[in-house]
Amino acid sequence: MTNEEYNNLGSNIDKPGGGSLIANVDIAIIGGGVVGCAVARRMALEGASIVLIEKASDILDGASKGNSAILHTGFDAPVGSLEQKCVSRGYEEYLKVHKSFNLPILKTGALVTAWSEEEENKFEGILKKGHDNDIKNLQLLSKTEILSIEPGLATSVRSAIAVPGEYVIDPWSSPLAYLRQAVDNGGKVLFNAEVTGGEFDGNTWLLTTPKGQVRARYVVNCAGLYGDIVDHNVLGDCEFTIKPRKGQFVVFDKASGKLLSSVILPVPTERTKGIVLFPTIFGNIVVGPTAEEQESRDDASVDKETLTSLTRQAIEKLPALANIQVTATYAGIRPATEEKHYRVIQDSNRNWITLGGIRSTGLTGALGLAQHIHDLLSDQGADFKALDNPGIHPVPNLAEHLPRDYKTPGYGEIVCHCEMVSQREILSAMEGPVPAGNLGGLKRRTRATMGRCQGFYCSARLAELTKGKFANPLGIGDKDD
Amino acid sequence: MTNALKYNRCDVAIIGAGPAGLAAAATLKKQGIERVLVLDRETVAGGIPRHCGHPPFGIIEYARLMTGPSYAKRLVATAQKAGVDIALKTSVTQLGFGGILTIATPEGMGELKAKRVLLATGVRETPRSARLVSGDRMLGISTTGALQSMVYLKNLIPFHNPLVVGTQTVSFSALLTCKKAGIKPVAMIEEKSSPTIFWPLHYATNLFGVPLFLNTQITNIIGKDRVEMVQVLDGKKNTREIVCDGVLFTGQFTPESTLARMSHLDLDYGTGSPVIDGFGRCSDPSYYAAGNLLQPVNIAYNCWREGRRTAGLIAQDLKMM
Repeated sequence: MTNEEYNNLGSNIDKPGGGSLIANVDIAIIGGGVVGCAVARRMALEGASIVLIEKASDILDGASKGNSAILHTGFDAPVGSLEQKCVSRGYEEYLKVHKSFNLPILKTGALVTAWSEEEENKFEGILKKGHDNDIKNLQLLSKTEILSIEPGLATSVRSAIAVPGEYVIDPWSSPLAYLRQAVDNGGKVLFNAEVTGGEFDGNTWLLTTPKGQVRARYVVNCAGLYGDIVDHNVLGDCEFTIKPRKGQFVVFDKASGKLLSSVILPVPTERTKGIVLFPTIFGNIVVGPTAEEQESRDDASVDKETLTSLTRQAIEKLPALANIQVTATYAGIRPATEEKHYRVIQDSNRNWITLGGIRSTGLTGALGLAQHIHDLLSDQGADFKALDNPGIHPVPNLAEHLPRDYKTPGYGEIVCHCEMVSQREILSAMEGPVPAGNLGGLKRRTRATMGRCQGFYCSARLAELTKGKFANPLGIGDKDD
Repeated sequence: MTNALKYNRCDVAIIGAGPAGLAAAATLKKQGIERVLVLDRETVAGGIPRHCGHPPFGIIEYARLMTGPSYAKRLVATAQKAGVDIALKTSVTQLGFGGILTIATPEGMGELKAKRVLLATGVRETPRSARLVSGDRMLGISTTGALQSMVYLKNLIPFHNPLVVGTQTVSFSALLTCKKAGIKPVAMIEEKSSPTIFWPLHYATNLFGVPLFLNTQITNIIGKDRVEMVQVLDGKKNTREIVCDGVLFTGQFTPESTLARMSHLDLDYGTGSPVIDGFGRCSDPSYYAAGNLLQPVNIAYNCWREGRRTAGLIAQDLKMM
């Protein structure tokens, strides 16, 4: 059965008593963020039948939409923490599997830079932490050494700790590749299916969604910003409360790409990793994120004052950015909780695991978290037989430093000229087992309209190509004649 | 359609088939330059006038009042009649030293060696992001260029009742496009105390029934999937809310100078245009630039005229080789 047919099932089967049964699986995963996609993949590879249930019309609709796309070594994670363990395992697995998915990596390394004596005083602690976390290749750099690696940095930089093992990756293609592999190996996905309730009969769960009911032996709640709400709706309570934390970013034009090769980390504070200046795999330089506590779980608005301040801070550190135009601005919302660490809560009596508080390191930690979830389920007696030869499907490359689709003949036409997105790429992103479910999903899969003109040249053609595909279309009607 | 891959070499390669590029190409042919090739990344030649579905175009060039699309067709016909080859769906991806271009076409990548290259890549408007406007990011936010290509090339509209930001000449063009497409803007706002163009805009806004608010700037865009409302700050520092389903950012033109910016050519960071000398030559003398790439933004006629003038200089330059 194709995913589309599967998605339509709820509408034509009718059973008495609260909707039809649309899936009967070993494991239901709630939430299609990077963590949910990674858990879906891991458990499908371990031989479980899975369904991923997502309330939006596409994956990556919440916290995973906007992050800094860095593959962390975990050098600065709390020593001995679950976060450190997951980041380390996730990092290792990513480097092992990325090639088979055709997922790009760019070894930038990171420099934790000190701009004041006070910041330099924290270096000893950072070096010790890195050492305790088994990251042995940290290196203290003098100003001269920093400027020989990054000649564009402001000369007010004092010293730095080099973290050679940090990479930048594609934050959207990675989770897509994970879910795609889960689906290629028998997994199912439900979109527009918010979990509103559920019942546990001592053996299995029956979850309620607008699409119908899902029966599962185990449930893994990866609902991110809504994790506590899902727990409340189904379990009746939750150990934590999500405290949304917004982070705004400014993206500079690709002309900035040559100005910086490393991720420039600030010396972190107690609360946040601070404002980072980093190259992206797509060829831009980005500055951000801020850390703004807010009530709303979905207000990812930007504000001029903050964007202006971010731009100014970026120019202070990398003066040549003053000549570079801003391409885009965005904000992500981190699902922080009242505590700093990863919250993984297993209710063995009710076959339920909740993941919460997965913030900055979630992109790296996801594969490690997925391994951890597998460990927890195994401990609980879940017994699956791992697949011998799991199927794998490579994803299209969107990285600037590797060949893009337009370099292979037969692409039709370039639709988005700023990001060089071909017609073939756009059409193929709207097909397949995990097709783009909305315009944002299409942008994340292809980069269309994400460049410097933001749709000035291509939105008409894009509106035409996507006509009839999305519930919220680019073109909302025909012109009056 | 001309396939640029088959060319390998030409006398002059012109990047951009808008008024400046096409006028230059026709002029070069008329001056006896043999192999003149215009490269354009779009599927149809003609540039921005293709989607300005209203007059006035062509008054001086063709001694008649034309709409943008018929003017664009006429420019193309004139160039082709003069013997110019136009390669469409052809993106130049890199400007190399001495006029060596890397090109991408649906048939493959290639290299084109041109004795001289004319950059005529035009302009675009500054989008919402680069203006650092506050608010949510959702559907319904557009620029005039995007609106016009949607309306005139695809018969689609992105909103019914947008707020129009800006009062430049192009803003007037945006109002005309809205009227033609059945779009009714809720208001037009301008940060300054007077419209950027004095006439006929303030008559025009009355004419279109669109109220004009001066001393007013957009401070927030609100909405979930689509624009639902904007907040503006008026001259008395009062925040007002305007219900609308779109925001149309007009004007604040910036040169489409990406190719030059990513290349070895010197750029004037103030304007964003490549630096040229009195002969229209860039810092690498194999390259020239003309049209709106140099002075955003000018009317089509001025670009056309400058394309012809620069073509004359290129022809002289080639004859001295």
